[in-house]
Amino acid sequence: MGDLHELLPLLMKGTLVTVEIAVFAILLAIVMAGVGAVLRTSAWRVLRWTGNVYVEVFRGTSLLVQLFWLFFVLPLPPFNLALTPFTVAIVGLGLHYGAYGSEILRGALRSVPGGQYEAALALNMPASTRMRRIVLPQAMINALPPATNLMIELLKGTSLVSLITLSDLTFRARQLDEATFKTAEIFALTLAIYFVLAQIVVAVMRHFERRVSHGIVQRTVK
Amino acid sequence: MSSLFDVQYALHILPDLLRASMYTIGITLVGFAIALVLGLVLAILRRSAIMPVSRVTGFFVEFIRSTPLLIQVYVLFYVAPLYGLTMSALTAGTIGIAVHYACYVSEVYRAGLNGVARGQWEAACALSLSPWRTYSGVILPQAIRPVIPALGNYLVAMFKDTPVLSAITVVELMQQAKNIGSETFRYLEPITMTGLFFLLISVTFASGVRHLEHRVRLP
Repeated sequence: MGDLHELLPLLMKGTLVTVEIAVFAILLAIVMAGVGAVLRTSAWRVLRWTGNVYVEVFRGTSLLVQLFWLFFVLPLPPFNLALTPFTVAIVGLGLHYGAYGSEILRGALRSVPGGQYEAALALNMPASTRMRRIVLPQAMINALPPATNLMIELLKGTSLVSLITLSDLTFRARQLDEATFKTAEIFALTLAIYFVLAQIVVAVMRHFERRVSHGIVQRTVK
Repeated sequence: MSSLFDVQYALHILPDLLRASMYTIGITLVGFAIALVLGLVLAILRRSAIMPVSRVTGFFVEFIRSTPLLIQVYVLFYVAPLYGLTMSALTAGTIGIAVHYACYVSEVYRAGLNGVARGQWEAACALSLSPWRTYSGVILPQAIRPVIPALGNYLVAMFKDTPVLSAITVVELMQQAKNIGSETFRYLEPITMTGLFFLLISVTFASGVRHLEHRVRLP
């Protein structure tokens, strides 16, 4: 496996870019999930409507189409807004997966029994404390497992940014493939790296899942 | 050149985009048909009593599910020819997306199969039905109906993933839009229209699935 020594450092460079994009995009997606969920449960119709449009548009169209839209359409008139590929990648992935995330969050918030809201209200808690101390911790138990899946989807989605000229792991793999023709080794290694990254995400999220459900009797599956 | 959405131009490129969207829909339908069958095979293999078979299937499903579709199509298109398996971009793309979603679909089937009451298996065993009749006559009709909505979601997801195939030169809707854009340097209309197409067609698929779900509901 002499090839491994030559290929791995270059692929690792790409992996670093992939990880950077994934981390920033996950942060933006979490924020957007919150914004989306707040908008859709708002008392004002205009805000609810905005939230619905956001979620439906970003869930109903393809991630690649959205990335291309941001990358090719925005720099041209009438927008004249040229973003760097890195920004496009983070904004595109964040908005796309944020829309999915807001659905998860909404479902999880709804799964918290109504009595919990009422009890918090009866204890005269302000709305922010009620959310932070009572509702969110319980919603997280239901939100985290699907959120883990979504993060893996996002991680896989980062491979598409290679098509908007970012030198992420996939881009490096293609580049190396064209330079060295060690096609099979390179792609096998790339797949393995993505697999390991996904396993790391799962491991980290399991840790958080255990933390939020600490002291709560789990309903066993099956 | 007007700076806003040029309707004249949009109408001019509409036929090209419609033709390309037929490709997209074709890939989706063929790919999903393969995924439904292959997914069922994977789900049943994963329940196999022979440990190595279920282990290997389980790992295969997990591996495919946690690596990007883009790389998998690259492998089919660039690596498979090295081992004497040359495919056209369209074939490689359709197979790639079908296998990718077969793994997702197999998880859905698995949930469905786990949901079938134990007594059903035991009854089939007591009646000494063959494995084939146990599955086709007793288990699957009960396992599949409840998971149809989940299967439908994957149909829509798969449809939205077809633009990935443009990376291996399949001229589907997205690639066509990009080609038009690079010819005329007007990206606004083609790419926006592509987005609208996707929105329209995925909403149509979703409502079709909802209709089907209503029709096959267990009495």
